[in-house]
Amino acid sequence: MKSLAELEAIRKATLSRINVRTDEKGDTTRVVIGMATCGIAAGARPVMLSFMDEIQKRQLAHVTVSQTGCVGMCRLEPMVDVILPGKEKVTYVHVKPEMVPRIVAEHIVNGRPVEEYTIGAAENA
Amino acid sequence: MDIYRAHVLVCGGTGCSSSGSATLIERFEQKIAENGLEKEVKVIRTGCFGLCEAGPVVIVYPDGTFYSRVKPENVDEIVTEHLLKGRKVEHLVYTDHATKEQNAEKALEDINFYKHQMRIALRNCGVIDPENIDEYLAMDGYRALEKALTSMTREEVIDEVLKSGLRGRGGAGFPTGKKWQFAYNSVSDQKFVACNADEGDPGAFMDRSILEGDPHAVIEAMAIAGYAIGASIGYIYVRAEYPIAVKRLQVAIGQAEEYGLLGDNILGTGFNFHLYIRLGAGAFVCGEETALMHSIEGKRGEPTTRPPFPAVKGLFEKPTMLNNVETYANIAQIILKGADWYSSIGTEKSKGTKVFALGGKINNTGLVEVPMGTTLRTVIYEVGGGCPNGKKFKAVQTGGPSGGCLPESLLDTPVDYDNLIAAGSMMGSGGMIVMDEDNCMVDIARFYLEFIVDESCGKCTPCRVGTKRMLEILNRIVEGKGEEGDIEKLEELATTIKSTALCGLGQTAPNPVLSTLRFFRDEYEAHIKEKRCPAHHCQKLLQYVITDKCRGCTACARVCPAGAITGEVKQQHVIDPKKCLKCGACMEKCRFGAIIKI
Ligand SMILES: Cc1cc2nc3c(=O)[nH]c(=O)nc-3n(C[C@H](O)[C@H](O)[C@H](O)COP(=O)(O)O)c2cc1C
Ligand code: SF4
Ligand code: SF4
Ligand code: SF4
Ligand code: FES
Ligand code: FES
Repeated sequence: MKSLAELEAIRKATLSRINVRTDEKGDTTRVVIGMATCGIAAGARPVMLSFMDEIQKRQLAHVTVSQTGCVGMCRLEPMVDVILPGKEKVTYVHVKPEMVPRIVAEHIVNGRPVEEYTIGAAENA
Repeated sequence: MDIYRAHVLVCGGTGCSSSGSATLIERFEQKIAENGLEKEVKVIRTGCFGLCEAGPVVIVYPDGTFYSRVKPENVDEIVTEHLLKGRKVEHLVYTDHATKEQNAEKALEDINFYKHQMRIALRNCGVIDPENIDEYLAMDGYRALEKALTSMTREEVIDEVLKSGLRGRGGAGFPTGKKWQFAYNSVSDQKFVACNADEGDPGAFMDRSILEGDPHAVIEAMAIAGYAIGASIGYIYVRAEYPIAVKRLQVAIGQAEEYGLLGDNILGTGFNFHLYIRLGAGAFVCGEETALMHSIEGKRGEPTTRPPFPAVKGLFEKPTMLNNVETYANIAQIILKGADWYSSIGTEKSKGTKVFALGGKINNTGLVEVPMGTTLRTVIYEVGGGCPNGKKFKAVQTGGPSGGCLPESLLDTPVDYDNLIAAGSMMGSGGMIVMDEDNCMVDIARFYLEFIVDESCGKCTPCRVGTKRMLEILNRIVEGKGEEGDIEKLEELATTIKSTALCGLGQTAPNPVLSTLRFFRDEYEAHIKEKRCPAHHCQKLLQYVITDKCRGCTACARVCPAGAITGEVKQQHVIDPKKCLKCGACMEKCRFGAIIKI
């Protein structure tokens, strides 16, 4: 027998798990990782796993992690796009697992992109 | 609770299971483990997605890629390409028959088949794992029961259902709120709610799909109904030929009991509700409400006269409220989103949506749910993708053995209870079968009548004897032995049966004959007077002949099993009609299109 509060907790936890399948309200943040041959060679998989770890730790509903193929910019891999609902896509380049907690905390949770990791910063340097 | 970045949804509905989806699930799990992805990718068995014709169906989220006709040997490719590297396997992506478009990009909603649909009863089908109550809960499951029990009076619940305008989806279209009210008003020490999952209409499978894809939706609604009318016990009557549905129901009832959503003192409110499954042997007449109740009681599944109506004296002589599976599947949403929301969908007298099982000569066979008022044309051409192989549409049958066939000229009829009846057919439970130029309408009427003759329980004479007489006449007509006056005899029998049969089965049995007589009378007349079947369908009435396109290649003569074809090499051949068995082998063989049916 579950109490109302317990049912509510199950709803919340399960929703963050099955959210991948629904975006009814259009409130999903998408993390897209370049996983073509060069991306994988450059270490995209550990980056992806770190994103999943962070999302799991923080029980973030409405965030999905997906992969994309070749975008033609091998030299900048691993690349990660973060798209907040209703916002422009922000592209991070040369992403390493150590950078992921900051991206999640500052950008995904608080809505402030980590400028120094973005493609803009890399191109200007 | 573990989070996975990708979910592989494999359809576990009856259609896809029979095309091997269970093997796919095993294979996916194995390959995902081999590639070290088991912590990232989860495989989920869902209910029917509705596009069974394209099965087995696999959908990969978050991108929503729709793979169709997936074979076990395709699994490796999906895992190593799509799941590992993020590259869709283009050649397996579903292609729309009508537009030849592939949906490589975003998701289901963009496919024509889904674009015109609105999913209320089917909302969770193909989205959640039906054997996991947590997933149902996450989709706002059991919130309506919570709301009803903790913040609504019984009268308020009934009022909401009444105001929503929901009508019974089992065929008759009786206002559901009224039915609840009658049962509520009956005073008794014990009342029952029951669910009709007998689904005997040939070609219909919406109720099966709901039970397979979202069993908790029906359970939750029955508990709400129990609260509203004051019943503590419910029965689901489901045909034994639906093993997957039965199993999912059993699992779901067990989980709901474990969570305290069924049983005694539900959610601590003092409301008790117990739910039991009863298996039916699958006779069509057992779907009729009085017969169904006798069958639950363990007696013969035969109808009895009403009144007394079940709301007064039903199961075990106690007030009983019976609704269809799809009717129930709408309830939780009505309670949650309100009657105003629900009644804003549909037409003046038919609210909400209706699920149809599209079948016959149509590109996208499957399950579709559209708002009431959608035209037949939209359902058949936009959602269904029209008739395959460029054949010409002839008619659409709705309402199963109790319904009728509507011609091309009525395709702009908005689908709802009253419009379909006005057009000469009926809604029925939601079978929708499309016929093209190759279908003979006399033979279609004969098919439904044959079904009725087989399924009549035999209790009353008009149905038992009358339908058999009608069938004999139709059999004669399709064999070329029709006589002047046959049509009038059919009409006379039909009228008598309709007005004197005891139960709905007999009362509606003549409908397929009457509606085809109304719209396709010329086909009957051609059979009777000219001994000709305009659709070239009726074997006894057609002849194979060789035209002057014949090049004398002898291929047909060699393939004919009856030795009916003669002719010299390079000369036009001829078929001896006395020897011809009408097997059609020669026509298939001829590369020059020289053989035709007349
Ligand atoms: C011969 C016959 C067969 C029927 N078969 C079914 C059936 O398979 N499923 C169903 O829900 N209703 C069937 N009905 C209608 C039921 O008698 C009843 O009206 C219905 O279950 C009530 O539920 P509803 O108001 O939610 O539609 C049948 C009726 C007749 C006369
Ligand atoms: S109408 Fe037919 S099925 Fe119904 S009671 Fe009479 S014989 Fe039986
Ligand atoms: S197969 Fe066609 S072309 Fe050849 S002999 Fe027969 S009818 Fe003539
Ligand atoms: S229809 Fe069959 S039996 Fe008749 S002529 Fe052709 S092959 Fe021979
Ligand atoms: S292979 Fe790396 S961007 Fe194309
Ligand atoms: S059973 Fe799989 S789509 Fe219908």
